Amino acid sequence: MTGRVEGKVAFVTGAARGQGRSHALRLAQEGADIIAVDICEGIPSIERYYAGSTQADLDETVRQIEALDRRVVARKADVRDFDELKAALDEGVAELGHVDVVAANAGVFAFGDKTHEVSESDWQDVIDINQTGVWHTAKAVIPHLIEQGTGGSMILTSSTAGLKGTPNVAAYTASKHAVVGIMRTLALELAPYRIRVNTVHPTGVATDMILNEAAFKLFLPDVEHPTKEQAAAVFESTNALPIPWVEPVDISNAVLFLASDEARYVTGTELKVDAGYTIK
Amino acid sequence: MAGRVEGKVAFITGAARGQGRSHALRLAQEGADIIAVDLLEDIPGAPYHGATEADLAETVRQVEALDRRIVASKADVRDFGGLKKAVDDGVAQLGRLDIISANAGISTQMAPADELDEDMWQNMIDTNLTGVWHTVKAGLPHIKAGGRGGSIILTSSEAGIRGYGNIAHYVSAKHGVVGLMRTLAIELAPLSIRVNSIHPTQVDTDMIQNSATYDLFTGKQGSTKEEFAAASQAVIALPIPWVEPVDISNAVLWLASDEARFVTGVPLPVDGGNYLI
Amino acid sequence: MPGRVEGKVAFVTGAARGQGRSHALRLAQEGADIIAVDLTGQIDTVPYAMSTPADLDETVRQVEALDRRIVATQADVRDFDALKGALDAGVAQLGKLDIVSANAGIFSFGTLDELTEEQWSDMLAVNLTGVWHTVKAAIPHLKANGGGSMILTSSTAGLLAIPNIGHYVAAKHGVVGVMKTAALELAPFNIRVNSVHPTSVNTDMIQNSATYELFAPDLTPEQRTKEALAPRFQTLNVLPIPWVEPVDISNAVLWLASDESRYVTGLEVRVDAGQLLK
Repeated sequence: MTGRVEGKVAFVTGAARGQGRSHALRLAQEGADIIAVDICEGIPSIERYYAGSTQADLDETVRQIEALDRRVVARKADVRDFDELKAALDEGVAELGHVDVVAANAGVFAFGDKTHEVSESDWQDVIDINQTGVWHTAKAVIPHLIEQGTGGSMILTSSTAGLKGTPNVAAYTASKHAVVGIMRTLALELAPYRIRVNTVHPTGVATDMILNEAAFKLFLPDVEHPTKEQAAAVFESTNALPIPWVEPVDISNAVLFLASDEARYVTGTELKVDAGYTIK
Repeated sequence: MAGRVEGKVAFITGAARGQGRSHALRLAQEGADIIAVDLLEDIPGAPYHGATEADLAETVRQVEALDRRIVASKADVRDFGGLKKAVDDGVAQLGRLDIISANAGISTQMAPADELDEDMWQNMIDTNLTGVWHTVKAGLPHIKAGGRGGSIILTSSEAGIRGYGNIAHYVSAKHGVVGLMRTLAIELAPLSIRVNSIHPTQVDTDMIQNSATYDLFTGKQGSTKEEFAAASQAVIALPIPWVEPVDISNAVLWLASDEARFVTGVPLPVDGGNYLI
Repeated sequence: MPGRVEGKVAFVTGAARGQGRSHALRLAQEGADIIAVDLTGQIDTVPYAMSTPADLDETVRQVEALDRRIVATQADVRDFDALKGALDAGVAQLGKLDIVSANAGIFSFGTLDELTEEQWSDMLAVNLTGVWHTVKAAIPHLKANGGGSMILTSSTAGLLAIPNIGHYVAAKHGVVGVMKTAALELAPFNIRVNSVHPTSVNTDMIQNSATYELFAPDLTPEQRTKEALAPRFQTLNVLPIPWVEPVDISNAVLWLASDESRYVTGLEVRVDAGQLLK
């Protein structure tokens, strides 16, 4: 049986680990070749929450894709730097021949300060990466998709915080709402080319981004060293389904559906993978 | 009869003209004193001229003609320090702060998302999103200090709840405002500070009455105001081409007043049914 | 490779033809057995020919040709006892229930001041009460199964208003209310509930002279060909297509039915060629 995205090439940002690696692998399992980028270094304002990805992480993504007998072009690139990002993508397209699917996944999570107490530099880092970075990703790839003339599917990673307010997470929430604005604009601009654009909105995903003590403290401010087990109970209370968080592959399965021709007439939608978080 | 916001003080950005001036006047008519700021410069890439010193002076004159007090200064919402000083000075003179109208905003380059310039994108995000955050951040300590609660109204747009082609930076910034609003509404509810966003359709100001906007709506070069009116009306359910600034001000006034004391976290369209069609 | 819903049992209403048949076949292709019901008869206020027993027989034939089992029954979603009887009998034969596709629906039109009492009550009875009946009949089986997935067919008209079909808009918005409530009530039981929102789908529900007249009152009946109508349907969409095919909705149903979406509940999933963006 042919894979669900057989013969396609997917561009995945933030692909060194977490959801990005999972997207790359799930798409590769279903027949896609991958252009993978990641910053592969820590961001100073974020490192107080969790450590950045490394070159070794990206190498491991490459290893796992190649173990699936798919091709991969991986580059260290920062979504804030358009020229660098574009160069990485262009090299990937030159080597793999085309690009059909885009997972604009790279993002950071910063939290814990009241909105009016967020520092200028913390605000700017989140907006630059989560919002401007998604635009850069789109801007780099759109000329390829239009020139190819074979349509395409762009999946922008937003969040439940792209649909609802989240106290003490202002910059992230603003940036993830903005991603919905980018998506809606692009879906209108690109529909005549049969290029579809959708967002995915995960609830908490079991990655380094939330499985860290700083994130646990956001939910348990009064506990000095909250454990994963303590945090799980609080995370679970925010979801309708009786689970604390979802796995990266659950988001990848949504990305896969949107990437595949099964969703050929799905565009402009906000697709939640949120265990009922937003209906509670 | 007491005004609907009698005795309150309102901080309004982008107050030299257009919607901002209208908000200042409408709130002043109903008894509020005003802290007004505006950039008073041309904006790179904008298809219309920036407001001037004379515009802001005219706002001052009209507010004072209503026998209300006003403290007006030149300030840039992108510059937190300057903005904070302006609001601090205003509160020092007027004694308190109850209402924030984060209204300052720009419209600039119109192009497909992959053709927008880096500096156009950045300035849009800096002004229409970061500027709104700065406005709230500067005013909030004063509202909190009053201990009486308050009302914050963030000006988003129809483009904050739906997409439009060729203005990805504007749509993104205005969607971002909704995220900021929702977060603030949750954070500030325990202090009885309400936060809502308003979403105007086309408003009859310089921001839309210019040839670039005409062409954006009609999809052809050199469109006339009449052609724009027809194209604009086609996306509004009510038989009107645009709304007037005072229509937005009346929504701001309602949200600012105690009539809306239990309304928070709401994106309020003032759009003639634009969202319906 | 096992199918994406291998070994599951799906209950599909309105399964004789159109989207319902397509859902049954797509789920069967991916390994599910089917419990199918359909009215297979006419409702007076519906301005196009509804399904027949022969249509339901054809669905049975095609599912069986895929080597899957199917229990098909004539049943009206307006009649809870009949619907429950059909479902209970299906579960008795196939052993369990995992998936529900509440798909049965009708279409008619008129402005709010023109709609007759009968048009209104038939629409609400089938498109809203019928969905609730389907959910109500299925819940005990899904609870007994330890979880499951329900997909309720709404419409883009469940999210926005469209003139001339106020009763349809009201019913389809109502389906979203049922979906969200069910999602909350049933989450503790690992039962997921979502809605799908198609734009126009290429079935008899839109490909008929009455619907053509609604879209092209300026043309003569002879001029109202499928080709002439396509550009008018296309104006509803952002993607350059007039309508989607039933299988496009089925692919969304399949994803929601499968364990790939195991943590997806409470969603309105649009398969609408961008209609909601306009």
